Amino acid sequence: MAQRLPGVDVLLVGFGWTGAIMAQELTAAGHDVLAIERGSWRETSTDFAPSFIQDELRYRYHGHLFEQTAQETLTFRNTPDQTALPMRRLGSFLPGTGVGGSILHWNGQAFRFLPYDFEIRRQTAARYGEAMIPPDMTLQDWGVTYDELEPHYTRWEELCGISGQTGNLKGQKQAGGNPFEGPRSKPYPTPPMKQTYGPMLFGEAAASLKLHPFPCPSGNMSQAYTNPLGVSMAPCTYCGFCEKFGCGNYSKASAQTTILPVLMQRKNFTLRTECEVTRINLDGSGAHATGVTYVDAHGNEFEQPAELVIVCAYILHNVHLLMASGIGTRYDPATGQGTLGKNYCYQLTPSVDVFFDDKLLNPFVGAGALGMIVDDWNGDNFDHAGLGFIHGGYIGGYMTTGRPIETELLPEGTPKWGAKWKQAFVKNYLTSMSLSLMGSVMPNKANYLDLDPTYRDVYGRPLMRMTYDFKQNELKLQDFAMGKMVDIANAMKPREIKKSPRGPHYDIAPYQSTHNTGGAIMGVNRRESVVNRYLQHWDVPNLFVVGASAFPHNSGYNPTGTVSALALWAATAIRDQYLKHPGPLVQS
Amino acid sequence: MTLGANTAAAREIKGGVDDPWLPHQADAPVPLENPGFAFFTPAEAAFVQSATERLIPEDDLGPGAKACGVALFIDHQLAGAYGRAGNWYMQGPWAKGEKTQGFQSRMTPADLYRAAIKAIDEHTMSAQGGKLFADLPVEAQDAMLSDLEGGKVDLGGADAKTFFQMLWQNTKEGMFSDPIYGGNKDMAGWKMLGFPGARYNYLDWVDRHGERYDQPPVGIRGRPAWNGAG
Ligand SMILES: Cc1cc2nc3c(=O)[nH]c(=O)nc-3n(C[C@H](O)[C@H](O)[C@H](O)COP(=O)(O)OP(=O)(O)OC[C@H]3O[C@@H](n4cnc5c(N)ncnc54)[C@H](O)[C@@H]3O)c2cc1C
Ligand code: SF4
Repeated sequence: MAQRLPGVDVLLVGFGWTGAIMAQELTAAGHDVLAIERGSWRETSTDFAPSFIQDELRYRYHGHLFEQTAQETLTFRNTPDQTALPMRRLGSFLPGTGVGGSILHWNGQAFRFLPYDFEIRRQTAARYGEAMIPPDMTLQDWGVTYDELEPHYTRWEELCGISGQTGNLKGQKQAGGNPFEGPRSKPYPTPPMKQTYGPMLFGEAAASLKLHPFPCPSGNMSQAYTNPLGVSMAPCTYCGFCEKFGCGNYSKASAQTTILPVLMQRKNFTLRTECEVTRINLDGSGAHATGVTYVDAHGNEFEQPAELVIVCAYILHNVHLLMASGIGTRYDPATGQGTLGKNYCYQLTPSVDVFFDDKLLNPFVGAGALGMIVDDWNGDNFDHAGLGFIHGGYIGGYMTTGRPIETELLPEGTPKWGAKWKQAFVKNYLTSMSLSLMGSVMPNKANYLDLDPTYRDVYGRPLMRMTYDFKQNELKLQDFAMGKMVDIANAMKPREIKKSPRGPHYDIAPYQSTHNTGGAIMGVNRRESVVNRYLQHWDVPNLFVVGASAFPHNSGYNPTGTVSALALWAATAIRDQYLKHPGPLVQS
Repeated sequence: MTLGANTAAAREIKGGVDDPWLPHQADAPVPLENPGFAFFTPAEAAFVQSATERLIPEDDLGPGAKACGVALFIDHQLAGAYGRAGNWYMQGPWAKGEKTQGFQSRMTPADLYRAAIKAIDEHTMSAQGGKLFADLPVEAQDAMLSDLEGGKVDLGGADAKTFFQMLWQNTKEGMFSDPIYGGNKDMAGWKMLGFPGARYNYLDWVDRHGERYDQPPVGIRGRPAWNGAG
């Protein structure tokens, strides 16, 4: 029997990145907040110390900062006619666990989505006609606009000290920045990072093709920075142990380096670690959350009553928790009815490897967000008429790491092992790099999340089941973008290049990105979405669901800028509207 | 290495009241002190030593897997949490699955190595005139490894392709991971590539486009001459 605890005002499920944002915004406004986190406390000086964090085996391959599948996983299949099988080892994506969540081991590639993204259906139909949207593409507007989110993007960038080159300041184009970005009310808080040789060559090649290269906006600090909360960060040392690792230098924006030092001083904040929430509880009406049930590290079960529940558990767990709690109507791809689990999307990340003879690129001098970008083929920045796909992606020439187990770029035709492999690896290690696409993924009727009929988790609950594959839109986009990447690669004048496309089918084993989106999407009406434009559940108004689970599609950018802007937008609505007058913020 | 050996109970941290910072939260890794095999039998060790040496052979570029201690590295991995699949979802039912569905073996890495090596040696004993894999000429070893890679050998319960992929991944790990785990002896794997190891500051090098990095590698435990010249 679960032991019932005294109630709290605001309860956060998960204390990763969005949990930290919510806790900061609501405690600063004077509310009492309790956060429940399944993992343990983590801090820079003890957990990611530069005396041992540079350990590729421990962190990248044994996943010391990642979720463990023994504890939590999902089943996967490409199409509804296959039998889904468990993801027994992490591969394609690497969700985090513990205080700080996945943002601890992110790269720091810090983008805003385009104004187009938020009104994608309306704008696509207006520019190309409804016929441009295939019948199986469940394309939807978000119910919020770029202009509404803009102040929240700005606040996020200031909290994190994002380093970058502004491209559009209040409608005025700025040299060297991204000319396609939505207008910014303020420039980036810190200047862009310095580029190493590889990204510089990429930028020169792109410029020679009349493209518009700009430095990747970065959560790796280009200089010392103190954020509006008074928390200081240090300059990035380009250590190359960034993505998949915690930063030992206080140089990468994370909950630990931007928010926790202030939040942990507040008496109205409480954190319970090593406790996993297993269910959101509803009262008899089904329209009111009474709190959550969680299990502590000893296996004891508790019922934690709360007036307001905010789920911040990363997209996959947000959706699973709603399903396991029986909240909302699950999506049925056969009928198109139901919303929970709908519009699951991912990212499309083909690449082209570039091999030089004479240019030493020193790939170990790198950082998670060090690179040059072109945005010329992202969103609706170019004419799609006749191309057979919508949206696009950015092409990046990154230099993130030379870690030798993971970094293996080999020319076409190299044997996979043995003497010839060794020779090719040694010959090319210092003189090669990769260009990659951050390709968008459009929603499709047959890509969705539901519950598995066979496999169970450690609590006996059905695992979540993912049904996902690349569809025509992605495959056509990939062909198009490959051509563009090859052009840029050739303009870099290498000895040779190698194409590494994805697909034709999505494979859950190789790492691609931790950019899962959708499943509990936001929208303009309850028929088509799980949460309203403030991330408030349509059926249960005292429940908010925060994270990339709210994205109705996945853009050609990394998600965290938009995840954060939405969290701040929702926090503002909760603080200024909901807590003053609890109830639905949008009438449906 | 134990993963998530979380014996602590749940913790409550009151903001503004308690100090959440615990000493020694994440301990530094313990270097491998025991240079002997802990998991492999002598016959298994001989297999792994000869097989990994074919995957990364010694040549004029530098030592191969054998001299770098890759077999010892793999042995200690298999003796620990990795060998037990300590943090993987290992509940049934099992099915082979599609290529896109990833690792689906019912066997832990330790079980898989044990079963696969036994089956491979039995196979070569009967097909190659009573010889164990380790005693075959290198050409025959290469042919066997290629057949494993292509899934062309029937290993009974163990899946040949899955075993080959695991062996090859572990070989690279043993060749290029930090020397505290028993492989990458004398940082030879890193030196061969020009990877400087666990250094943490390249600020001086960001602008030095195209120049050869001039410092020798360091490991997590440093290196003997860390404080001296060169
Ligand atoms: C390797 C890697 C690289 C990345 N690089 C980039 C990048 O360059 N740019 C970018 O924009 N994004 C990047 N991301 C994505 C980024 O990390 C996420 O977008 C961001 O962390 C999402 O925040 P969140 O709060 O939704 O989830 P998280 O930060 O993951 O927090 C969720 C928290 O909830 C906890 N939790 C989950 N379930 C429960 C439960 N049932 N009970 C209690 N607690 C629970 C988890 O332990 C975790 O702490 C990357 C991610 C990874 C892993
Ligand atoms: S590259 Fe920079 S931000 Fe990333 S871990 Fe190293 S010092 Fe930190």
